[in-house]
Amino acid sequence: MCSFMLVFQIIAKAAMTVVIGFEGSANKIGIGIIRDGEVLSNPRRTYITPPGQGFLPSETARHHRAVILTVLQEALEQAGLKPADVDCVAYTKGPGMGAPLVTVALVARTVAQLWGKPLLGVNHCIGHIEMGRLITHADNPTVLYVSGGNTQVIAYSERRYRIFGETIDIAVGNCLDRFARVIKISNDPSPGYNIEQMAKKGSQYVELPYTVKGMDVSFSGILSYIEEAAHKMLESGQCTAEDLCFSLQETLFSMLVEITERAMAHCGSQEVLIVGGVGCNLRLQEMMGVMCKERGAKLFATDERFCIDNGAMIAQAGWEMFRSGHVTELPDSWITQR
Amino acid sequence: MAEESSMAAAELLRQAELLKQGAEARLYRAVFLGRPAVVKQRFPKRYRHPVLDERLTHRRTVQEVRSILRCRKAGISAPVVYFVDYTSHCIFLEEIVGSVTVRDHIASTQETHPNPERELEPLADGMGQILARMHDEDVIHGDLTTSNMLLRSGASDLVLIDFGLSYISALPEDKGVDLYVLEKAFLSTHPNTEALFDKLLKSYAAASKKSPAVIKKLDEVRLRGRKRSMVG
Repeated sequence: MCSFMLVFQIIAKAAMTVVIGFEGSANKIGIGIIRDGEVLSNPRRTYITPPGQGFLPSETARHHRAVILTVLQEALEQAGLKPADVDCVAYTKGPGMGAPLVTVALVARTVAQLWGKPLLGVNHCIGHIEMGRLITHADNPTVLYVSGGNTQVIAYSERRYRIFGETIDIAVGNCLDRFARVIKISNDPSPGYNIEQMAKKGSQYVELPYTVKGMDVSFSGILSYIEEAAHKMLESGQCTAEDLCFSLQETLFSMLVEITERAMAHCGSQEVLIVGGVGCNLRLQEMMGVMCKERGAKLFATDERFCIDNGAMIAQAGWEMFRSGHVTELPDSWITQR
Repeated sequence: MAEESSMAAAELLRQAELLKQGAEARLYRAVFLGRPAVVKQRFPKRYRHPVLDERLTHRRTVQEVRSILRCRKAGISAPVVYFVDYTSHCIFLEEIVGSVTVRDHIASTQETHPNPERELEPLADGMGQILARMHDEDVIHGDLTTSNMLLRSGASDLVLIDFGLSYISALPEDKGVDLYVLEKAFLSTHPNTEALFDKLLKSYAAASKKSPAVIKKLDEVRLRGRKRSMVG
C-alpha cells in the first residue's frame, strides 16, 4: 500500500510542473506560482510616487529590494508549497528598467541555487501574452500590448510572435502617466486608473492631435500639445480636468483600436486580446468591443490582476518554455533593458 | 445638389457588389458611366467619438483624392478618380482589372519558385523606384504595405492605392517614417525577406534625388521608441 502511494505520488509529481515567476521590470514587484495552468498565488507590491513625479530606476530598485523577500514568502505560503515543490525558477530578463531588473534577477538566481532548481529568463512581453491566453483561452489572437513602457500590435506567424504595429516614440501608458503628472493627478493606485475615473465625469470633447501611420502610432505630439495647452485651458475655464482626461482617452484609444483593426484586416484575424497595464481600462475594452462586434470578431481581455505586471505571467511563460526544454544557465542569466 | 448626388451614390451602392471590408472602408465593385469602377466608402466608426470620427473621415477622403491626383499628374500610376461624394464619404475609382496585390505575388512566388529572392529582385527595384518618385513629389503615403501596391495583370508595372492616411510633406523625417512603416509591414508579412527589402532601399536611394537625408532619417527612426537606449 505504502509503495503504491509512493509510485502514485511520483507519477502525479512527474505530470505536474510547478514554476515560480519573478517580475520586477518597472514599479511593480510580483512573484507568482503556476501549476499546469493553475495560478496558486500571485502577490504583488507597487512603488507609488507622489503626484507630479514618476518613478526613478534606482529608487524603484530600492523599493523592490526592501519587499521582495516578504513577497516571496507570501507567494509560497498562499500556494501552500515548499521550495522543494518548485520545478523551475523563472525571472524577467527584459525589457524594462535596468536597476529593478538586476535586483529581481539577483534574487531569482540566488533562490534557484539555494533550492537547486533550474533557472529560466523570460521575455516580459511574451509573459503578458501567454498570461492573457491562459486566462481568456484565446487561441490565436491579434494582441494589443499596452502599458507604461510598451505599445505594440503583435500576431503569431511562422513560429514567431511578430510585431505588426507599434509606437514610434513613447508608449501609451507613458503618455497617460506624464499627462497625470502635468495636472498633478495621484499615482495611487495608478495614474491611469485615476484618469479613467475622472474621464467618466468628462463630457466636452477637446480636439487633440491624432497620429496614425499605417499600423504604427505616435503619442509624443499629443503629449507635447497637452503639456503646453492644459494649464491655459484649465485656467481660462475652457474645459475641466475631467474633460481633458476624457478627450485624451478618447483620442489615444481611438488610435489603438484603429491600428488593431488594421492589423486584423491585414492578417485576416478574428480575435483580439488586450494585455498590459493600460489593457484593464474599461473604456479601451468597450471601444475595442464595439470594433470587434462590427467585424464579427471576438474580444478577450483580463482584469487588473493579470493585465498589470505580475509574477504569475512570468511563471506561465516560463512554464511553457520549461516544458519545451528551455533552461537558462547561470552565466547566461543576464538582463536586458531592451 | 449635394444631397441629390449623395442619394444617387447610395442608390448605386445598393446595387453594387461588396468586394471587401477593410479596416476603415468598404470596397464595392460598380459600374460608373459604363466603366468598371471601385467605390470606396468610409462608414462611421461607432467606437470613436462622433466629432473625431467626422473629422478623420472627411480629412482622409480629401487627402486620398488629393494625393492620387498629385501622383497621377507626376506620371505615377494610381487609379483614376471618377467622382467624389463628400456627404456619404464615397470615392469612385477606376478598377484596375485583373490586378494582383504585391503581397499575394510575393507570397505565391515564395511558395512556387525555387529561387524566389532572385525572381523578386526586379519587383523590389520597381517598388524602390515608384516610391522614390512619389516622395520626390512630396507625397507621403502613410500606410505603405505590400497590400497597398498592385501589379497590373501580365505586366510588371506597379499601381499605388489606398492613400487614406496620406499627406503632403517635404520633410525627410516624414519620408523616413513612411519607409519605416513599409519596412515593418514588409518584414512581418513576408518572413525572411530582409535582403529583398535591402534591394528595395538601394533602388530607392539610387532613384531619388533627395534620398541621402531620407535614409539617414530612416536609420534614426529605427532607433526610436522602445528600441532606444534607456540607461539610467
